[in-house]
Order: sequence, then structure tokens, then C-alpha cells
Amino acid sequence: MASEPSVHMHEEPTSFWRRYIFSTDHKIIGLQYYLTAMGMALVGGALAMLIRLQLGWPDEKWPLLAKLFPRGMSGGVMNPDFYLALITMHGTLMIFFVISLGLVSGFGNYLLPLQIGARDMAFPFLNMLSYWTVVPACVIMLASFFVEGGAAASGWTAYPPLSAVEQAVPGSGLGQTLWILGMALFIASFTMGGLNFVTTILNERTRGMSMMRLPLFIWTLLIASILGLLAFPPLTAAAILLLFDRHGGTSFFLPSGLYFGERVLPHSGGSPLLWQHLFWFLGHPEVYVLILPALGIALDLLPPFTRKPIFGYRLTVYSLFAIGVLSMIVWGHHMFVSGMNPFVGEFFAIGTLAITIPSAIIGFNLIASLWGARLQLRTPALFALGSIAFFGTGGFGGIFLGNATSDIQLHDTYFVVGHFHFMIGGVTLLALFGGTYYWFPKMFGRMMSERLGKIHFWLTFVSFYAVFLTQHFLGLGGMPRRYYAFSKFEFLAAIRDMNAFVSIAAFVLGAAQLIFLFNFFWSLFRGARAERNPWRATTLEWVAPTPPPHGNWGETVPEVHRWPYDYSVPGAPEDFTPQTVPPTVVEVTR
Amino acid sequence: MKRPFGAETRVEEVLRDARLWGDFGMPPSDDHRRDGFDGGSERPHGLPVPSAQFGLWLFLGTVTMLFAGFTSAYLVRQAGPDWQSLPRPPILWVNTGVLLLSSVLLEVGRRRRRALRRWILGATALGALFLLGQLLAWRMLRAQGIYLPTNPHSSFFYILTGVHGVHVLGGVIALLSVLALAWRDASGERTAHRLSLCAVYWHFVGGLWLYLLFVLFLL
Repeated sequence: MASEPSVHMHEEPTSFWRRYIFSTDHKIIGLQYYLTAMGMALVGGALAMLIRLQLGWPDEKWPLLAKLFPRGMSGGVMNPDFYLALITMHGTLMIFFVISLGLVSGFGNYLLPLQIGARDMAFPFLNMLSYWTVVPACVIMLASFFVEGGAAASGWTAYPPLSAVEQAVPGSGLGQTLWILGMALFIASFTMGGLNFVTTILNERTRGMSMMRLPLFIWTLLIASILGLLAFPPLTAAAILLLFDRHGGTSFFLPSGLYFGERVLPHSGGSPLLWQHLFWFLGHPEVYVLILPALGIALDLLPPFTRKPIFGYRLTVYSLFAIGVLSMIVWGHHMFVSGMNPFVGEFFAIGTLAITIPSAIIGFNLIASLWGARLQLRTPALFALGSIAFFGTGGFGGIFLGNATSDIQLHDTYFVVGHFHFMIGGVTLLALFGGTYYWFPKMFGRMMSERLGKIHFWLTFVSFYAVFLTQHFLGLGGMPRRYYAFSKFEFLAAIRDMNAFVSIAAFVLGAAQLIFLFNFFWSLFRGARAERNPWRATTLEWVAPTPPPHGNWGETVPEVHRWPYDYSVPGAPEDFTPQTVPPTVVEVTR
Repeated sequence: MKRPFGAETRVEEVLRDARLWGDFGMPPSDDHRRDGFDGGSERPHGLPVPSAQFGLWLFLGTVTMLFAGFTSAYLVRQAGPDWQSLPRPPILWVNTGVLLLSSVLLEVGRRRRRALRRWILGATALGALFLLGQLLAWRMLRAQGIYLPTNPHSSFFYILTGVHGVHVLGGVIALLSVLALAWRDASGERTAHRLSLCAVYWHFVGGLWLYLLFVLFLL
């Protein structure tokens, strides 16, 4: 079971600071990321609640909120600029600072070395540096709410001229500069993380852990990290150019004849479309950076609760590659209405519809993995199933949006808002929760409350559908996104009251997350003690002691003899055969 | 043995037989064992290069993508109506020669191993000289009344040389750190390893400069 004695086990640091704050241990860093993401999620969620409050009851006064936000809600009525800042920061925080940090950096760091049988990441110091680069990014993003003019207000996409002309809206001032700075730090951090992930996966696997024996979560991390490494740098280039447009007087994204603040700006010849291309060259792959690890978690959470192998392992891996490649060449489907040659639009539409093929294969494999299962509906399994449901629903809407003909009709409506919340909001969030319920016992040695978990799941699942499926229909009815009130539009009179329903559902969704928070911290101290392998699972992390010590494996690193999904192998003594069980005990199938 | 619940499809079997995945899917063998700087005996499946080297290549990949982003912006902007070509500051030829000579010195030193510190010192000094030369080029342009916002070509010139200069500065700092290491153990393996990483980066930065010259003045 064990190979040779360790050759590079580092001494465990003894001081509190080196152990828990400036730690190079991947598990501590993973938890740091996870908890940071949780904090940012609280802020991002609160912003969403404010947005829904405004959209649900645009004419009401909220004197209490006027005290909290004297500028944004002066007199208790929301200021339109403040609304723009809210949607911008909600998107930015949720995409980059919650899902990226929690799902990719958090779970990725914690689980990657454990699941491949390594003692740590390939570059532990770089790992620490990466975390401590993202901390100032978070601080800067949060601080931008409190500067002159408030936070950035040009959307998470930061389209110029709103993002490039300082006097465009109040948020285009210092808030936008801080936004760019925060994003630069985030990108630097995420790049360090990506380098570490790819190198570690390719180079640090234990004896016997061939690529085709990796858990699918690791495969998704690999593809997601490669995508991040390829897609983020061009955005960095664009952000540098944007900074010079803002502060250096250049004209990369600014055309001539712009009139702001009662004077014509000196810029000329630039193209706002150029920014859109450079942004979406990142923006689209980023969607897959988030959703692939979420699917990886869903895939890996099924076998312990179905007690059978995952269906179509190899095809899933090939599909992940196909998605990775295709995702780099379809960014234009975000720009069908921005003005483009119809033939180019056709190219992007065909590419986008081509992505549905590998995506459907993965979706099919997920569902087929349930065939003939002895399904145990524990909390992690519920969240994995919910994630699959969201993937199906959101993916279905994606077909309409990927096609230029229908997208031109639906673009900039709530159909899009509903769609992307299912995909990068719902699939990822449920995977994040499912992963938390599943790996909590390994991380902290205690179980989370099953009853609270199930309440949390059902409230989240139902209210999420109520919010975002309804938004699809609002979009079909023509309701445009980014508007801060719909009271003045005759053509929306029939459907605008639906917004109150959506808002109430959103509040339920928000409140349900408090149950999760309570469960998390309550279980941390009061949860039932967990055994080493409470789910009777096969992957390597369950072989490690609970919680895993510094260096993960004690004296000897485990050796792998089989793929990670040997459940219900005929003739095996148990219905699960961990990856470390040698062929002499249970026959190796693959 | 029969697979439980029919877990593998016919398609999968075909794909597996086709061995599309080459070596990655092969059973582990001791042939893959390597003795890198980070103790490869625990990890027989790794790449044929040490982690540090591979990580460096990945990093250079991201730098390549950064400049690919700049290039695409450059090409789009160049098609704009207000593009005016910039006169090439003649000192750029000198700077180019200095940077390339620096790469040569580093490589010669690395191969000879004798008087290593002197070769590294020479390469580092030339790197710093290159940066100085770039600053001079900026100064010459300014003297001609060509500033950052003057026209898109000048904007790109200042920004691209600036971003490249930051990467060169990083290389100079890395070379200085190797130099400090070489002072402590001149013939040590650690120095040689660090130096080889540094050299890869340094040659990359040199090649990147040639590429930028091409983009800025020939494209």
C-alpha cells in the first residue's frame, strides 16, 4: 500500500503566524480561500438583496436604508447610479471573488494534492503568495464603495466609454480605477494559482496515479486552469490599455466626438468594440473556468451516493477537452448585437452550438450515472442532483442565446439574466455547497447537520427556480436588463408586477443561505465526530487521516492501484474499493 | 471480468483501444521515474522536466498571451483612420544589440562554467544598459514632441516598450539573485539550476523584444 519513505517532507512550522496566516500548506490556503469567498459572498448576496428590493418595489421609500447608505439611498429612494454600482459589484464579486475563489482556488487547493497523492502543491510558496495577492484585491474592491462617487458602475464587463471616461457617471471615477486595480491583483493571483494547479497535476501525482485514474474533479481543474492561463492575460493587456485611456489621454477604446461634462473629449479614432472583443475573449472561457470544476464536483459526488461507477469517464474527459478548445473561439456570441459582420456572427453561432455537443455528453453521462443506482439521498447527493438539474435548465436556455437569430431578440433582456444565473450562479453554487457538505468531515473532522442541510437544499433549489426561471419569461416578455425601474414603460405593464414575486423568492433564497452559514459554524464546534471515511468513498483524500496533518500522509505516500470509481465491484469485500487497495485483494478493472 | 451495471460503453472501449491518449493512459512503470531537483522518486508519472522548469514555461505562455492580446489590439487599432507611423528612434538598434549580446554572454557563461560570476555580471549589466537605452529612446521621442497620447502608434510604442521593460527589469532582478547565489556557491547544482531557469526567461525576453520590434515597425 505504501511506497518509499518520504523524501521531501517539510518540517511543520510551529508559530501561529506561519501555521495559520502565512501558511504554505495547501489545506490552510484552501480554507483561507474558502472563507474569504464566504465573506465576499455575504457582501455579494447583500447587494443582490438590495437590487431585488429596488426592482420589486421601485416606488417605495426605505428610510432605514437611507441611514445605512446616505448617498446611494438618500431620502430612502435608490439613486440610479447606486443601482448601477450594485449590479456591477454584485457581478464582479460573485464571479471572481466568490465562485472563482471558493470553487476553484478553495476546493482546488484543499483537494488537489490530497486527491492525487501529493504532499503539497508543486510551488507552496507561490501558493501562499497567490492568496496574499488576492486579499488586497478583495480589500480594494470593498473599499471602492466608500470612495468619492462610489464603486464602479460600468457592469462586470466594464464596457467603455462608461469605464473609460472618468466623468461619465459617478462610479466611473476613482471607483472604476480601483476596480481595474483590484481585477489586476486578482488576475495576478489567479495566474499564480493556475500555474501551480497545472504543474502539480501533471508532475506531482503519486505512484500508480496515471492521468486516466484521476478523479474527474482534478480533470476539470486542469482544463479550467489552462483556460484561465490562456484567457486572463489578454484581459490584462486590455485593462492596461484602458488605464491609459483613463489616465494617459490615449484613444484605444474611445472614439472621437464624445461629449461629457459640457465639453468634447480630446480622444479620437478608438473603438469600444475592441474592448468588447478583448473582454469576452476572457469572459467566455471564464464561464467554463467556473462551471467545469462545478461539474467535476457534481460528477465526483455521485458515485459515493449511487454506489456505482461514474458513467463514461473517458468520454467525459474528451468532452472536457472539446469544451476547453471550443470555449476559446466563441466569445463573439456575447456581442451579436454589438455590430458584427453577419458571417462572423454565423461562425460564433455555429461554434457555440457545437459546444452543446460535449456539454450534452457530460450531461448525459451525469444522468446515466444514476441508472441502476442505489441512490442515497444524503445532502451532498441532493446538491449534486440539483446542480445537474440547473445545468440542464440553463443549458437549454443557452441554445436560444447561442443562436444569433434568437439572441438578437433576447439580448439584454432578463432571459439572459436568468440563463447565466442558472449556469455560473446555480450550477456552481450548488456544487460549492454540495462539496462543502461532502468534504466538511475531512476538513474539520465533524459532520454537518443533515437535517439543516436538507432544508437548506430544498429552500435554495425551489426559490432559485422561482427567481431565475421566472426571469426567463420576463425576458421573453421583453423586459430589459440593467434598468433600475420599469414603472414608466407601458409595454411592460402586464408583467412588471412579477418582479415583486421574483424579489420575494430572492429573499427566501438569500435567507436560506443563513441556514447554511449557521450549519457551517455550528457543525464546526458541535457536529457529530466524523470517521476517516464517512461516505465510504474510494478517492485518496479519504485515506488520509482526518483532518489531514501537515504533509498529508504521515510517513509514507499512498500508492494507487485503480481508478477512483470502483464501487460495487463484484467479488470485492466491500461495495467500495479505495484506490489504494492492491490488485492482490480486489482485481483491478482499470 | 464483467463490469458492474454496464458502466463502460462500446464507444469507450473503442476509444480506449484506439489509445488516443498515448502514454498518459498507460499503466505506471518505473521508466517514468525521474530524478529532478524536487525528489522525483515519489512521483513516477511526472513530466520529463522538473516542476520549476515546467512552471516557468507555463508562465512564459501567459506572457505570450499577454502580448498576443496587445498584438490583436494593435492590429485592430492600426486599421483606424487616425493612425500615423512613428519615426523609429535609431538608438533601438543599439539597444537590440545590447540585449542580444547579453543573452550570448549568459549562454557562454552557462556552458563554460568557469568564471561564471563574471559572465552573469556582464549579462546583467547589459540588461540594465538595455533598460537605460529604452529610457533614452523615450527621451528622444519626447524631444521630438511625440508623447504617449500623440497618436495611437506612439501610445502603443510607449506602452509596449514599457510593459516589455518591466519584464526585462524582472529578469535583471532574477539575474542579480542568481549572482548572489553564485557568490556563495559558484559551482553548486543549485546555482546551475537557477541559472538555467533564468536563462530561459532571459532569452525569452530577448526574443520578445525582436517580436515587438517587428510588430511596431515592420507590420
